[in-house]
Amino acid sequence: MQTETIVQRFPKADDYLLEILLAVQNNNPEHYLPEKDLHYIAEYLGIPDSRVSGVVDFYTFFSTKPRGKYIIQVCDNVPCRIRHSQVVINTLEKMLGIHFHETTSDGLFTLEPTSCLGHCDESPVIRINDDVYTNLDSEKVTKIIQKYQAREEKK
Amino acid sequence: MITQPLITKRCGNIDPLQIDSALKAGAYSLLQKVLDLSRLQVIEEIKNSKIRGRGGAGFPAHIKLMSLYQENSPQKYLVCNADEGEPGNFKDRYLMEHDPHLIIEGMAIAAYAAGTSRGYIYIRGEYQKSIEIMKQAITQASAKGFLGSQILGKDFSFHLEVRSGAGSYVCGEEFSLLESLEGKAGRTRVKPPFPTVKGLFGYPTLINNVETFANFPIIMDLSGASYAKIGTPSSTGTKLLSLSGNIQNRGVFEVPFGIPFRKIIDELGGGIPEGRQLKMVQLGGVCGPIIPEYLIDMIVDYERFEVFESKTGAGAIIVIDDSQDLFELLANISDFFAHESCGKCTPCREGHAQIRKTLDKFIHYQACEKDLISLESQARIMHQTSLCGLGQSAPTSIISALYFFRNAFFDRINASNCQEVSA
Ligand SMILES: Cc1cc2nc3c(=O)[nH]c(=O)nc-3n(C[C@H](O)[C@H](O)[C@H](O)COP(=O)(O)O)c2cc1C
Ligand code: SF4
Ligand code: FES
Repeated sequence: MQTETIVQRFPKADDYLLEILLAVQNNNPEHYLPEKDLHYIAEYLGIPDSRVSGVVDFYTFFSTKPRGKYIIQVCDNVPCRIRHSQVVINTLEKMLGIHFHETTSDGLFTLEPTSCLGHCDESPVIRINDDVYTNLDSEKVTKIIQKYQAREEKK
Repeated sequence: MITQPLITKRCGNIDPLQIDSALKAGAYSLLQKVLDLSRLQVIEEIKNSKIRGRGGAGFPAHIKLMSLYQENSPQKYLVCNADEGEPGNFKDRYLMEHDPHLIIEGMAIAAYAAGTSRGYIYIRGEYQKSIEIMKQAITQASAKGFLGSQILGKDFSFHLEVRSGAGSYVCGEEFSLLESLEGKAGRTRVKPPFPTVKGLFGYPTLINNVETFANFPIIMDLSGASYAKIGTPSSTGTKLLSLSGNIQNRGVFEVPFGIPFRKIIDELGGGIPEGRQLKMVQLGGVCGPIIPEYLIDMIVDYERFEVFESKTGAGAIIVIDDSQDLFELLANISDFFAHESCGKCTPCREGHAQIRKTLDKFIHYQACEKDLISLESQARIMHQTSLCGLGQSAPTSIISALYFFRNAFFDRINASNCQEVSA
């Protein structure tokens, strides 16, 4: 969908800036906010470009660089750490051959750290785009990634 | 059983996506009752209940409600804080996903009492499922006439909207949250004025936690005086606890205030698995104190959650077994706060890196006695001079560990290869 179409669904009120940025980024297949989109949003709301980029910089959800089709976010805060989130991180890094903030060469996966996902009772926890996976260990997380890979190969 | 489900009594028994199933279980019947009372009568019940905010700071709910009632302003706002970013807390998510209508009903009751016609629920962006459920619940409640204009045929309007966060822990702090709701970066404001005087878009605003709002229908049902008999004299009612970590049963439990932590860990938690021993417990989340095993006989109340001036009454209990290294955890916590600092004030912006450097010496067995003293003063300075609650509470784990586990620091220094050159 066109960025313009998405933006125009929102009222021209600057308190909708976060909602607009989220909607536009979600619509982007590479999960990021290109410069021209930011400029269009600023124009639409009648606010300076600097205000928009300030907000984009502040919140961890927003990216100004292209990312993978699937964003894998791993929680490593205390309740996850003490139930072996490090094992999950190591498995993912090995399996995908990337570190945090990197994208696989096929453009499928980006690996990111995240703060607590609020599923601490089911730790360790990861999120892939909007889906949360819980109670993970090395074996489970491997199967989850393989499922995504298989789905992509079929296409 | 030591649990007492009041606000969670419908959780699991109704379909959160079908308002009819909530209505059959009594949803919105208290709103109906409240609209026949005067606004002051409602505030009086809340006052009699002695309920304190469930978001962390434990401020008496009726005082904020009364302030908003008294404000004579063309516009006032009601905001539900559903940012729940403190690691170890997940009880607000549990409520939103299981009984969204209880929260909406509680907000509508508060809106009526305070005299506001517009409200927002600010939900952290990580909680996609909660966002979806709350949005659907609002649509369904509006269709049935529990939200919108002329609610239940009365001269009372209340419009409610969900707004999403975008990945920022500090936005749970009330002023940062307001900035974020205004579509800005979530950097706190200098207070006073408090939100009840000058809040969202400059207008008087009442901000409460999800669980606080969820209690209002219960209070109106039981009466404030009966509610006040639950729990302890200074901490009334029940508390949702988020139990996590190295413990058999993890999850959300609703208990009356006054239950000892040990009972929660043993009876509800089912003890420590894998033949391990309990080493320490962190209260409130990673912003809270780390206490040793011998202290868990103390009871759950606001005073206990406030060890070391930390406002950590949100109710997380993180159980940590003896396989864990204290210094690794302190470093992990320090990294979390460094990442989430908004950078507005120096003690917090610069302090985490210094603290992390000192902690690294302990982790790598290179610590000297002077490092212990540095750590102590670095932590204290950040606690005392930071602008908002993030920087003020970030070093609580260190301050409490230095107090309760001081020997662990000395043991590490003794085992270290101290490279200190005396000046
Ligand atoms: C860094 C920081 C994060 C906070 N996060 C939350 C949060 O996620 N949810 C919440 O209800 N309160 C949070 N608070 C407390 C709020 O500032 C505020 O006290 C609370 O929303 C008031 O609601 P209550 O009176 O119902 O507890 C946070 C405070 C600080 C300093
Ligand atoms: S204490 Fe930290 S989060 Fe709070 S205002 Fe200062 S820099 Fe920002
Ligand atoms: S600490 Fe990982 S989900 Fe809460």
